[in-house]
Amino acid sequence: MRVELDEPKCVASGQCVMASPEVFDQRDEDGVAILLVEHPADDLMDGVREAIAVCPAAAIRLVEQ
Amino acid sequence: MGASATGLAAAETLRREGYDGTLTLVGDEPHAPYDRPPLSKQLLAAEWDTDRLTLRTPADLDVLDLDLRLGTAATGLDLPAHEVRLADGSTVPYDGLVIATGVRPRRLPGEGAHVLRTLEDALTLRDRLTPGRRLVVVGAGFLGAEAAAVAWRLGAQVTLLEPAPVPLAHAVGAEVGAMLSRAHLDHGVDLRTGVTVTEVTEDGVRLADGEVIEAHEVLVAIGSVPNTEWLADSGLGVGDGVVCDEHCEAARNVYAAGDVARWYNPLFGTAMRIEHRTHAAEQGMAAARNLLAAREARKPFAPVPYFWSDQYDMKVQAYGYLRGHDEVAVVDGDLAERRFVAVYRTGDRVTGALAAGMPPKAIRQWRQAIAVGAAWSEAVPTELEEAHHG
Repeated sequence: MRVELDEPKCVASGQCVMASPEVFDQRDEDGVAILLVEHPADDLMDGVREAIAVCPAAAIRLVEQ
Repeated sequence: MGASATGLAAAETLRREGYDGTLTLVGDEPHAPYDRPPLSKQLLAAEWDTDRLTLRTPADLDVLDLDLRLGTAATGLDLPAHEVRLADGSTVPYDGLVIATGVRPRRLPGEGAHVLRTLEDALTLRDRLTPGRRLVVVGAGFLGAEAAAVAWRLGAQVTLLEPAPVPLAHAVGAEVGAMLSRAHLDHGVDLRTGVTVTEVTEDGVRLADGEVIEAHEVLVAIGSVPNTEWLADSGLGVGDGVVCDEHCEAARNVYAAGDVARWYNPLFGTAMRIEHRTHAAEQGMAAARNLLAAREARKPFAPVPYFWSDQYDMKVQAYGYLRGHDEVAVVDGDLAERRFVAVYRTGDRVTGALAAGMPPKAIRQWRQAIAVGAAWSEAVPTELEEAHHG
């Protein structure tokens, strides 16, 4: 699975960083999310799914390979 | 019941947690689940098309294997029979129920005013906001403020009317509220406070003192009413929302979540009803998990609420429960420069934090302080507190 971040949609809430700090970070200047790991390992997927669910902008998606 | 962000989050969580039985998702709007915050932001500004608001692709929805009933409102709940009645005359039996029927805008007497809740509302208003058009916005809360900022950017002449002396003072405190209202005045939006609107007229709005303010368009943004009428005879506790315990449970196997739910948040020791986008998803997930869990394994829902608001070039972000706070202290930056972090005290605890124009990490540490119920005396530097009082 590949994580996709729709950067223009991001509202810089930082919810993804709190749900999955291994996979997401935020830019210092404007808080927009940064994708750290495009293909997260299985043990990180619960956090990624949580991030997708809580993202207030629906800016994160999982794409099947 | 309810096919917006909360209902969708609940449905997805039920499937993710292994529920493979029949899953019915009912929504009164004709659309597949879509996102509301952009309605008063990018959609109203015509920066985004409607398809950008769709929360899930048709393929993503297919995977959920839903019995999806759109354009159908719920009209009644029969608790003993475990049945929901729908407007089309059908009934839906259930073993478990998540109520997520949301809120609708409060209105004023008189015809012809806009409200801003649904996609249609936003598109209708957007079509009318042409340069030079006179718009009166009633209510300078977050929704009214955002819409006023967008309308100003589109070239409309905007008058913003607010009954309170300082907009949003009850929500964010008088100092921060005053700072936010200065942004309107700086941009040439005619903000008038302490003004009560009694009705919408053919050519504008009438104030309590009889004055009529003329406008081509009127937007009423004076808060919301929970959609609970369909539960009136159900036996569920209803009072400004569906009354729930800390597990979001309203009755055995009946949960409520999102804008419509008034639940007991143990983190703050009080019942609350939250109308924020992030909360909609979080509570939908929490309710779904508790619905599936064994009763003794259920978890209290104790979130730190979060919201953001885009106004002009400013992004405002807040964590916690700011309402009813006793004190505000600016702990970083400067209010006058619109770059600051303000923290909120209720009793002896840090209960809220609000930031504008600051790096994200500046406010995230305060979220942590709120989440652990940090003591104000330990979390807030003493010299700042003294300066604030002094």
